[in-house]
Amino acid sequence: MAIVPNPHKTTGFLGWIDDRFPLTKMWKDHVSEYYAPKNFNFWYFFGSLAMLVLVNQLLTGIFLTMHYKPAAADAWASVEYIMRDVPFGNIIRYLHSTGASAFFVVVFLHMYRGLLYGSYKKPRELIWIFGALIFLVLMAEAFAGYVLPWGQMSYWGAQVIISLFGAIPVIGPDLVVWIQGDYIPSDATLNRLFSLHVIALPFVLVGLVVAHLMALHEVGSNNPDGIDIKKKKDENGKPLDGIAFHPYYTVKDIFGVGVFLIFFLGVVFFAPDGGGYFLEKPNFIPADPLVTPEHITPAWYFGAFYAMLRAVPSKLGGVLVMGGAVVILFAVPWLDRSKVRSIRYKGMLSKIALTLFTISFILLTYYGLQPPTELGTLISRVGTIIYFAFFLLMPFYTAMEKTKPEPERVTG
Amino acid sequence: MKRILISLSALLLSGAAVAAGGGPLPYSFEPDVTNLPSVQRGARNYMAYCSACHSMNLLRYSRIGEDLGIPEDILKANLMFTSDKPGDTISAAMPAESATWFGRQPPDLTVSSRARGPSWVYSYLMTFYLDPSRPAGVNNLVLAGASMPHVLWELQGWQTKGDDAHHAEDEGHGGGHGPDTGLTLVQEGTLSPEEYEAFVADTVNFMAYAAEPGRAGRVGLGMKVMLFLLVFSTLAYMLKKEFWKDVH
Repeated sequence: MAIVPNPHKTTGFLGWIDDRFPLTKMWKDHVSEYYAPKNFNFWYFFGSLAMLVLVNQLLTGIFLTMHYKPAAADAWASVEYIMRDVPFGNIIRYLHSTGASAFFVVVFLHMYRGLLYGSYKKPRELIWIFGALIFLVLMAEAFAGYVLPWGQMSYWGAQVIISLFGAIPVIGPDLVVWIQGDYIPSDATLNRLFSLHVIALPFVLVGLVVAHLMALHEVGSNNPDGIDIKKKKDENGKPLDGIAFHPYYTVKDIFGVGVFLIFFLGVVFFAPDGGGYFLEKPNFIPADPLVTPEHITPAWYFGAFYAMLRAVPSKLGGVLVMGGAVVILFAVPWLDRSKVRSIRYKGMLSKIALTLFTISFILLTYYGLQPPTELGTLISRVGTIIYFAFFLLMPFYTAMEKTKPEPERVTG
Repeated sequence: MKRILISLSALLLSGAAVAAGGGPLPYSFEPDVTNLPSVQRGARNYMAYCSACHSMNLLRYSRIGEDLGIPEDILKANLMFTSDKPGDTISAAMPAESATWFGRQPPDLTVSSRARGPSWVYSYLMTFYLDPSRPAGVNNLVLAGASMPHVLWELQGWQTKGDDAHHAEDEGHGGGHGPDTGLTLVQEGTLSPEEYEAFVADTVNFMAYAAEPGRAGRVGLGMKVMLFLLVFSTLAYMLKKEFWKDVH
């Protein structure tokens, strides 16, 4: 099919543009005539909120980069310089540091929504895959950013994470040196993580977000009932249960943004340390390769994965399990064999599995941040098994359980 | 609505679980950087008792003057001992080659109250006790084997720990005033225990200020932002309601 310029036949200045660039077409396709199911609930705020946080990170990041010095000798002091001598520098820095945590909060909830309502199932497999790639890149981006202040936790966190590559047989030790550019995390390491954090990874991240949205708008949004709204259309070809994204969901999401900002800016202005979980205390001490902090804990959003790493007695095994915990997400669209999408119409087994998965993920996050104890290790092991069982047994429990009949039209 | 509540409470619960942790300290202290007179007294205390050895090389004198409302002449006369340029940061009076005096160089304290927490700093300054086995003759409850001498002994007096404490009680000096410190004041200082606590509180308030000079401004701005967001969200909700009237 040939591309028809200006399909909406606009005139005047807009027409001049539309003859040359699909401005009106894009607006209509993606916003004003993108029909989304009318029964989106609480869980559907987090996609737009993730976008908001991404924009926040990009904008505040630009200003931080203007003042930050990516050198081992200067980095820590330059962050304090931003906090003290740059006008509104402390607010900009807190927006960025709290934004990192907020990013994971909204992305976790956004992904959980996908699991709840089967948003990964046909025809949305690629949306999910792009999403899982976003999550993977986001983890790398967060790790690189975490190292930049070059405080004690930055330094030793970098040391622990990069050393994981050393568990790879044969090439491991050389790989670690290659990644670090030195025998220990050093100026060279900081410099390259800065490059990745401000150029390579954000570039990939934004590209993946565009792909994620394009794939979404190609097939249309899922909904809490998991039914296809395109099956029932009115005489104009508009889905009966669909409403235009603009204005209905734009005004709704603006309200969501207001409520989110109350929580987010509440942390930024009144508790930017996040109780020591958003800004760790040891990071107020400059990096010192000769002094190891008492407990090296990862950022809270890596807690669950760190717990899985520690749950396995062998280092290589732990690394494989931790990597597997992320990689397995990519297989979810093909692991779920249920006839229905939404948890509302799935059987009891799926509900029990998702509940156990939820509990184990929260427990893993908690124990990943605690100093190792026997009980913590035991719970982490059980949690890791449940985490993987949720995915690996999915083809069986989703296929064998009795599902409830889906409604013809969306229910509230 | 019920589902929203369930998900929110799940969020809060996971937050509470994550927020737990941290070692026990004998004292807990919540600094108040908006109490200007206290922070000013703390600055005086710091300059008089701490700055000889401990620098604050991320904090400028001029910033102290600006934030704490101290005119430059008073600043120069009372707080600036190692420099006469208000734009300078606070350096220690102790020469660098003296780093070995205490076995290690006294650390810079600009952001210590964020690295350790204000409660830790408060507890540290409260819990020096006599310990003849240490080179300086004192030890500390929250930092065992601290190399710092009890610089504030003239003010607080001397405390002892454990068995030694019983003698003091027999002699009628009274028990320790702290919660569960197990320390007893055996020789009174120039300040009463209450006055000394106030002295330490002022000093920690100043250190909390020094760790983040923008703190008071951030909280003040935050109040306005919250007010705006409440109005904004209310209007956004009404707008949403209005538009969604025709969705059935």
